[in-house]
Amino acid sequence: MRSRIIYSLVLFALIFNPFVGTAQHSELAEDGLTLQEEIKLDIRHHLQDGHDYHLFTDESTGSHYGFPLPVILVDEGVHFFMSSAFHHDEEVAESNGKFYAVYHNKIYRTDAEGTLSFDADHHPTNVKPLDLSITKNVFHIMVIGLLMIVLFGRAANNYKNDLVPRGAAKFVEPIVLFVRDEIARPNIGEKSYRKYMGFLLTVFFFIWIVNLFGLTPLGVNINNSVAVTFALALITFLITNLSGTKTYWLHILDPLGKSMPWYGKLGIYPLLVPIEILGIFIKPFALMIRLYANITAGHIVMMSLLGLIFIFKSWIGSPLSFGLAFFIGILELLVAALQAYIFTMLSALYFGSAAAEPHHDH
Amino acid sequence: MEKLISEFSVGLFVWQTVLFLALLFLLRRYAWKPMLIAVNRREKSIEEALEQADIARREMKKLKQSNDELLQQARDERDSLMKEARETKNEIIAEAKRKAQEEATKILASARDEIKHEKVKAIEELKNQVADFSFEIAERILSEKLTDADKQKNSVVTALNEINFN
Repeated sequence: MRSRIIYSLVLFALIFNPFVGTAQHSELAEDGLTLQEEIKLDIRHHLQDGHDYHLFTDESTGSHYGFPLPVILVDEGVHFFMSSAFHHDEEVAESNGKFYAVYHNKIYRTDAEGTLSFDADHHPTNVKPLDLSITKNVFHIMVIGLLMIVLFGRAANNYKNDLVPRGAAKFVEPIVLFVRDEIARPNIGEKSYRKYMGFLLTVFFFIWIVNLFGLTPLGVNINNSVAVTFALALITFLITNLSGTKTYWLHILDPLGKSMPWYGKLGIYPLLVPIEILGIFIKPFALMIRLYANITAGHIVMMSLLGLIFIFKSWIGSPLSFGLAFFIGILELLVAALQAYIFTMLSALYFGSAAAEPHHDH
Repeated sequence: MEKLISEFSVGLFVWQTVLFLALLFLLRRYAWKPMLIAVNRREKSIEEALEQADIARREMKKLKQSNDELLQQARDERDSLMKEARETKNEIIAEAKRKAQEEATKILASARDEIKHEKVKAIEELKNQVADFSFEIAERILSEKLTDADKQKNSVVTALNEINFN
């Protein structure tokens, strides 16, 4: 019964999709771009961060819908103004006697007319102030952070008077226990897993919830920014190496240990030790790239398939690509949890090697 | 790689790091810690309860065993008491029998004595009576005429018949 309702809803949406209508009108957009180029630009724009929270644009009237976000610049003093001053990245904003313009989502210092000078590679040569704006992504981090605090705070509150999980705790507890029993305990070890639990749980839920938000129609997935995944991986890197035991460092600097006499090591260590040291950095780097690439790729595939609907514009091709996008969407739902699991799992693995106990066979 | 670096936004990185660390700190303090402690406590209490149940079960078993032992002991005691009672009973019966026998023998002996005594007395009386009868018969014979042998014999028989041996 329920599946029939969903089916008819999907059909309804396909037949009366307003976007199909608008797409037909703007086959050749005002700036002379073909539909394919426009979709490509749309996808790129979608994956990018923005200084205001742009929801959608009405092509026929040219008006944008969304709300402005604060811009914070550090440029010989702190500049603070709302992103509405840029008028959707089209005008020059003035703050404390300095002028700023947005070019490809980055803020540059300009003169009052907003002239940008370019070098040979077509990169602007203008001064780039340190941009600490509350961008769309930062706004999302804040929203998700608040959501997590409310959700998990409520869940934890439940245990104050009652050891039986109720309400939010009923949902959170199985996942917390999963992280503890399937990720932390087997990879780190019974002895020292406790001190890593806070990070593992936070990072797991953070990545997961961020990914799920990315699958909503808002489509903002902050994990497709390298800066975000870099920050996460950097924390894993720091925790791993700052909590490294003597055994951990011994494994890196003397990987073969007592299994080889010193004169044998002389030949192989000039190769082995640099590899081990490089490994310290490669592991979190792989974490960063894996998360970034998976999420970005998923979004590009999904949006391209959605874009195909407007290119086919036929009663066969469009539903087909919609079905494909739907399928990829389901897959992305899985990937959302999977990537959170992999990141947490590998972090736990690295913590496990950092917290290694001495005297075990290698 | 170049695209990655050009895409890298310092501001986003700073915000992500700061916000994530704040989130980590807050959740650790106010969510994960109480949650994990509570879960741990619950697990421990369940473990303890199970252990307690196990102990109780074992205690019950022990109690039952000791009960059984007690019961067995009681049964044994009862059996031995019964046995003793039976023995006593037998003894008493045997004793009674022996006494009865003795009494009977005594009674019999005394009866025999009495009989003997009575017999002697009876014989004595008989002797006296026989003597009396003999005298009577002799008297009759002497008083009648002693003619023929048959008559004599008849008179003797008649005389004898007349005599009442009571």
